[in-house]
Amino acid sequence: MRDHEPAPRPRVSDITKVQELAYQLKIQQVMTSPVVTVTPETRMADLKEILRTRRISGTPVVEGGQLVGIVSIEDLIKALERGALDAPVSQWMTSRVVTVRADDSVIEAVKRFAQYRVGRLPVVDAEGRLVGILTGGDITRGLLAAIGLGYQEEEIHRYRASHIFEDIESDNTSLILRYKVRARDFQRGGEASSKIRRALTRLGGSPQVVRRAAIAAYEAEMNIIIHTTHGGELVAEIQPHQMRILAVDHGPGIEDVERAMQPGYSTAPEWIRELGFGAGMGLTNIQKCADEMHLESKLGVGTRLTIIIRLHPEAQTLPGSR
Amino acid sequence: MKLRQILEIVGGTLLTPDANLDLDISCAAGADLMSDVLAFAKPRALLLTGLTNPQVVRTAEVADIAAIVFVRGKMPPPETIALAEEKGIPLIAAPYTMFELCGRLYEAGMSSCDLELPAHPAGRSAGHERP
Repeated sequence: MRDHEPAPRPRVSDITKVQELAYQLKIQQVMTSPVVTVTPETRMADLKEILRTRRISGTPVVEGGQLVGIVSIEDLIKALERGALDAPVSQWMTSRVVTVRADDSVIEAVKRFAQYRVGRLPVVDAEGRLVGILTGGDITRGLLAAIGLGYQEEEIHRYRASHIFEDIESDNTSLILRYKVRARDFQRGGEASSKIRRALTRLGGSPQVVRRAAIAAYEAEMNIIIHTTHGGELVAEIQPHQMRILAVDHGPGIEDVERAMQPGYSTAPEWIRELGFGAGMGLTNIQKCADEMHLESKLGVGTRLTIIIRLHPEAQTLPGSR
Repeated sequence: MKLRQILEIVGGTLLTPDANLDLDISCAAGADLMSDVLAFAKPRALLLTGLTNPQVVRTAEVADIAAIVFVRGKMPPPETIALAEEKGIPLIAAPYTMFELCGRLYEAGMSSCDLELPAHPAGRSAGHERP
């Protein structure tokens, strides 16, 4: 036997995606069910017909609902060589069967295939009843289907979204996302930022930029929830080169903007601090994430916080940009 | 460090059964202030916290936190677990104090999410004004 050349290294991103799916997918999602079975008394000649007509290469042997063995086309060939087609399956089957649980991850099956070098694994439920059968082909099909599904769900979204700015022409295109933020609505706090984050990812924003924008938006959103009397609005205006996040509310306004900007200064009530918020670091965090930040507020009127994040920070270092 | 090892080191219970235990964690930090979490956040970080409200999961999502350990055996409410499952963020309940858990993880070689400490506020603004 000749030595195998090492297989070309798959890209790291591909491995992790497939590995991830192998952990996520349950065996019951990819197994074949119902299963063709035989009994220990089935004659090898009948097994031959079953394998031929059902176009399968092996089958579990079941007696009184319990899995007692497994018989494959290899066992059949051995029986044929000995002219033992009249013998019962029980004489040729493998009795010590390696099984997998239906609610195990596909990765468990992958490990067992590698460890025991078997062609198929009967799948049992928690009570040991046979509920399906699994081959390498089932796993491959299951993984491909899952990758296809994921692709359709997220990649197509991303592909389409990232082309918005190329497909639609204007002198200055922006995409504006508006979210209503209700005062004291902790339960939904962060939902708007979470949606802004996903939108930016789909638009092809780099992970660093997406993080900065999400953190800044989240702090601004929580500020509206914590401090305003009537809630406000979170607006993300996305342009090809930058995004602007606006957090606008109609009161009560900030008494001392300069103090509000100081790290640790907070007017949040105790119950909000108990939730882990209101430590007076929100604006400081926003400033850290933003390329530019403007805070305008008038007591009794409202507050308008503008955050600007440039989407291609590397472009700033190009000669002539400053 | 894999989440599987972390689960063992903290002697914890996994509250999100579908979690991928082979998840790679880059660093850890303990915080009970969500703004602190947002300030130190590094991708694939582990957060140890005594807070159990759903906002912890939201904060984790926004800040790319990979997994959360609740200290002192605190059990989060069902809303927190449901949101974590939706966002794919594993939750662990561990029976020890924040100090003990940080110590255990540090001893096992887990690195800290280094906070880039800003310069002294006064020094910083002076720096900007320098001609």
